[in-house]
Amino acid sequence: MQDPILDVKNLCVRYPGAPADAVRGVSFQLGRERLGIVGESGSGKSTVGRALLRLLPGAVISADTLRFEETDLLALSERDMLKVRGRRMSMILQDPKFSLNPIQQVGHQVAETYLRHFRCTKAEARAKVLEMLAAVKIRDPERVHDLYPHEISGGMGQRVMIAMMLLADPDLVIADEPTSALDVTVRLQVLNILDGLVKDRGIGLIMISHDLNLVRNFCDRVLIMYAGRVVEVLKAGEFGQARHPYTQGLLAAQPRIGGNHAPLAVLDRKPEWKEEPLP
Amino acid sequence: MTSTARPHSRLPAPLLALRNIIAFLWRTPTSAFGLIVLSVLILTALFAPWIASHDPYLQDLNNVLQPPGNGHLFGTDELGRDIFSRLVWGARITLRIVFLVTIVVGPIGLLVGTTAGYIGGRFDTVMMRITDIFLSFPSLILSLAFVAALGPSLNNAIIAIGLTAWPPIARLARAETLTFRKADYIAAARLQGASALRIIVKSIMPMCLPSVMIRLTLNMATIILTAAGLGFLGLGAQPPLPEWGAMIATGRRYMIDSWWLVTFPGLAILSVSLAFNLLGDGLRDALDPKQMNRR
Repeated sequence: MQDPILDVKNLCVRYPGAPADAVRGVSFQLGRERLGIVGESGSGKSTVGRALLRLLPGAVISADTLRFEETDLLALSERDMLKVRGRRMSMILQDPKFSLNPIQQVGHQVAETYLRHFRCTKAEARAKVLEMLAAVKIRDPERVHDLYPHEISGGMGQRVMIAMMLLADPDLVIADEPTSALDVTVRLQVLNILDGLVKDRGIGLIMISHDLNLVRNFCDRVLIMYAGRVVEVLKAGEFGQARHPYTQGLLAAQPRIGGNHAPLAVLDRKPEWKEEPLP
Repeated sequence: MTSTARPHSRLPAPLLALRNIIAFLWRTPTSAFGLIVLSVLILTALFAPWIASHDPYLQDLNNVLQPPGNGHLFGTDELGRDIFSRLVWGARITLRIVFLVTIVVGPIGLLVGTTAGYIGGRFDTVMMRITDIFLSFPSLILSLAFVAALGPSLNNAIIAIGLTAWPPIARLARAETLTFRKADYIAAARLQGASALRIIVKSIMPMCLPSVMIRLTLNMATIILTAAGLGFLGLGAQPPLPEWGAMIATGRRYMIDSWWLVTFPGLAILSVSLAFNLLGDGLRDALDPKQMNRR
């Protein structure tokens, strides 16, 4: 892999007052590709995403290496971190109902990213926002610009969120379950827009999800996490050759159209998975 | 029909919101009463020279303690001054106290509360303990102490009331902030690279504003009563200023024979503080999203 955007070695995160680390020794590299992180609830996948942006107040983050392009993320002061967030690395949150400020017009919220990171007039920022809203396939951006979040649909809200986070042209986008709050029918549409933008602009993407099929179809590589650790790394096409019993269990628990009608397999979690040496 | 009356005209958004709020207040009789009394008060204060029938400071010692009627609508006081005119001019003083205290107290309370709530940790603890110290004194006693230290005058009374009125606002703003600070849209603002100050000013303060406004309106009643109390004790407005509390204080000596000296200023204080209370209640119903279903 030529010059990775992100290099993470032995990342550990501990929440204040917690008996054990929420993330234990996670290592991976990311180039200009789409990386999926899957795992069950509480496996630490969202924590990894937030730790990269240092968005965990109070939590202790440690790592051997946490390098983003030429920057050592752990050494940055909070003030320098403000310049990274939104500008070079950003994150798409899960539910547009909660992640858009209910009392601000969506256009103004999107423009914040641009006004924060570039010296420009309001009119320039507005032009940029309208262009970006059009890029996420919002018809009539002029009208949507002046709407409040409760006046737009969930799918539209998530596209606004994508516009907000891609406006400053970051090098890395973390999508934290970007489609789990959406209707199945708009899910694919939103994903295609995200995919198109990421490809066109050469942005690295980390996709955090618990939807195995989605990640399998959408990403180049997938990390499978269990209890705060990466148990297996798979290429998207090689899910059939999954070797770890946890991955096999997850795959077996998936319903299939046309499969036999026997009850689905129940995942049998083994305590030794928590401690075995990393692959 | 003007452009603001069309349902989808969005351009003058603040004006539209104001119109909606007033329309809502108008529908409930109690808050409509508050609205009317306060409009009358504001108009009286604005047009005092035209409404007052006499000079409020003009003494007429041949004509003291005259009962209502006889050319003096509310009678005359112990120096022969027209009580109605003094009440009308007193509206200016009352409004000035309320206005000055509110524009000092609102921003201070909002700033202290939101920063303490958002930053949290030790800063929060320190700010809240300071607030607690101010809260633990009865506000009238504390303002008495301040006025005693600063010397009795109207401006010192305003400062003293301001010093005692901000802590409840700060408490309220902090409580509101605590419910928002973990919200996803605050996280989204941080993800955009916004600094703490920018988040407080642009995202948190607007969210706290409705409840702070309600609290300030309800506070105005207390402010009027405290100002009247200070005036009554001789620590607020000084004679011959026609301050309502001070008017009651001097009228008290003649109360048995000349009831009109204390009754009319008393009624003025009562109706205005009642109006602020009712308006505050109405505003809470109008602005509080949790009570939307009661409409």
